[in-house]
Amino acid sequence: MKEKYLINARLIDPKNNMDEFGGLIVDSKGQIKAAGKKVANGNLPSGAEKIDLKKQVLIPGIVDMRVFVGEPGYEYKENFRTLSDAALSGGVTSVVSMPNTSPVIDNVSMVDFLKRRGRDKSKINIFPAATLTKNAEGKQMTEFGLLKRKGIIAFTDGTKTIQDPEVMSRIMNLASQSQTLIMQHAEDNILSKNGLINEGEISTRLGLKGIPFLAEKIIVERDLSFLEEYYCRYHISQISSAKTISVIKKAKKDGKIFTAGVSINNLSLNENDIGDFKTFLKLSPPLRTENDRLALVESVNDGTVDVIVSDHKPQDEESKRLTFAQAATGATGVETLLPLCLELFHNKSVKLKKLIASITSNPAKILGINKGSFDKGSDADLCVFDINKAWVVDKNKLKSKSKNTPVENRKLQGQVLKTFVKGELSYERV
Amino acid sequence: MAVIKKLKAVKFIQNHLLGIQDISFSQVAEILKQAKTFITLNKSSSKKMDILRGKTQINLFFEPSTRTQSSFELAGKRLGADVMSMNIVNSAIKKGETLIDTAMTLNAMHPDIIVIRHPDSGAPNLLSQKVNCAVINAGDGRREHPTQALLDALTIINRRGKVEGLKIAICGDILHSRVARSNIYLMNMLGAEVNVVAPKTLLPHSIERLGVKAFTDMKKGLDGCDIVMMLRLQNERMHGSFLASAREYYEFFGLTPDKLKLAKKNALIMHPGPMNRGVEIDTNLADDINRSVIREQVEFGVAIRMACLKIFCKKT
Repeated sequence: MKEKYLINARLIDPKNNMDEFGGLIVDSKGQIKAAGKKVANGNLPSGAEKIDLKKQVLIPGIVDMRVFVGEPGYEYKENFRTLSDAALSGGVTSVVSMPNTSPVIDNVSMVDFLKRRGRDKSKINIFPAATLTKNAEGKQMTEFGLLKRKGIIAFTDGTKTIQDPEVMSRIMNLASQSQTLIMQHAEDNILSKNGLINEGEISTRLGLKGIPFLAEKIIVERDLSFLEEYYCRYHISQISSAKTISVIKKAKKDGKIFTAGVSINNLSLNENDIGDFKTFLKLSPPLRTENDRLALVESVNDGTVDVIVSDHKPQDEESKRLTFAQAATGATGVETLLPLCLELFHNKSVKLKKLIASITSNPAKILGINKGSFDKGSDADLCVFDINKAWVVDKNKLKSKSKNTPVENRKLQGQVLKTFVKGELSYERV
Repeated sequence: MAVIKKLKAVKFIQNHLLGIQDISFSQVAEILKQAKTFITLNKSSSKKMDILRGKTQINLFFEPSTRTQSSFELAGKRLGADVMSMNIVNSAIKKGETLIDTAMTLNAMHPDIIVIRHPDSGAPNLLSQKVNCAVINAGDGRREHPTQALLDALTIINRRGKVEGLKIAICGDILHSRVARSNIYLMNMLGAEVNVVAPKTLLPHSIERLGVKAFTDMKKGLDGCDIVMMLRLQNERMHGSFLASAREYYEFFGLTPDKLKLAKKNALIMHPGPMNRGVEIDTNLADDINRSVIREQVEFGVAIRMACLKIFCKKT
């Protein structure tokens, strides 16, 4: 591969506190050689490839820590190829895929299959997560050691929570000896049983069983208590309520080291958007009140929450064309993650650098991968976007195999123009 | 009813009756006005009319029901419609068919009106988006049961002349009750003051936001009330640890002559049925012809449903 000079760009790299005009050099191995204003427009070596970015924004490729792909078992919802196309058009170059497939990703043989399929069918980096417990049943631990040797970098039961406190304490104890990353979907099963949306006025009016915020808070509190005894790399996948933020804020202030994420859905929507039983907004964790949303936005701003995820969960049409109680949970999001983040910048809710950090450098650091920054020697996964471009979400134009976007017809500002993976131009908007 | 009579040519822009939340004061008044004419008809020896002759009405019941289903069936027949009642509880849905598929199948038979009862809140809304005919909600999950609230209003108006200014207590399992929700919306709309009375575990979150006062003490909740509306306590609630026992519930929340004394002297007792005698209501009170209007509720139910069928069916 020839050296590439990406010039005339506005480079934003939160890790290096960079927001300046300049260029970026990709070396022959697809890694970053240099970046910043020092990379000038003139005097390029004759053999190098030059790409003029015309003053558009250049950021590290987005790292999305929570994505569902339908392989194996649900290929009709999303396969590696369609996920890759969708991700690239959203500037996402790395994803952590959730293990809630059929069969579940809980043993080394499954990992080989996934890695092979991911490599052959997709252009993005797939980091499969394996489950914490066999068949994600919350009982018998999986083989962390063997799975890590196969390249698994994160463990989670995905949509499920480890309910049994004894099992969770042992998982954390074991993870603490090997520096294994544990990601918990925080929701008490019993409190949230049959729950469909946030418990509150809307659930009372719609006559839908509510999921109390306590279901989330109680698990976070429990796990943080364990963390005191069994210090491991612990990450809360997604939080949804203001009360949980208070718990996290206090724990971080007390010196506990752990991280937390939030879904872009909970930052961009609230329970009122469910309106007349819109099943596309049946999500887990549920959309909560506007006050919760505002608190979550603020928690991104002040660093209480480290990561924003798309929680991309494709569902075929049939599984959503049902009554609210029967409809499947989840919404697609990998293509709209960046524009929705930019919405929070345009409406002056969150600083741009904070937003970019929460989808690039922060997740890369948590996962321990060589991505998410313009550091010399890190992988040249890059995203170029027009920060002001206005567009309207049209589900038929999105590339995901499933069309369950939660923001259909939403007017957004900011659109991805080019995406590079390991220095190769993998996507370009036409 | 004075105000109501003055109104003319009430328009029903909506094609469906999905809930009290979707209809206006004048529309409610129109439904009540038309229902009144049917009360008289229903008492006469020749009950059959031909307003809906040639029209097809399908009763689609995904939950077991005796009184609501027979009430709708009778209402349709008295108006001259061809009525077909389907109990889906033990048919298509057991074979894996979705609500929409069932709806599309029925839609192909060109019904003019579908009356639906479904255990899932919002099911009638979904159905109404997929069929070409009018949809009437006969109870969905815990959300709404509009015709029940309308017949309750008609019963109250028949006895008290109006709803406005009355104090109404709705007592019992508010959490799981669609009757409670529809009645809260309707009685508020008609100008009543509404209390809800239940143990805390059976009060929905933020219920005050619906415009009611919530009480956990029957004495306070019934104080000065004109109407005491009792709700059925479903036995399965006992197992979900909402309550300790039926006898404790009866002791504190069952309607007994003693507790009724706290309401106004001539307060009326209502119940949407079916009743659990000795659980939520004293058996003698339920049968007290001076106080209990439970049988009238059933009687007026047919009239209300006739009015709703007539108004909404005509549109298609």
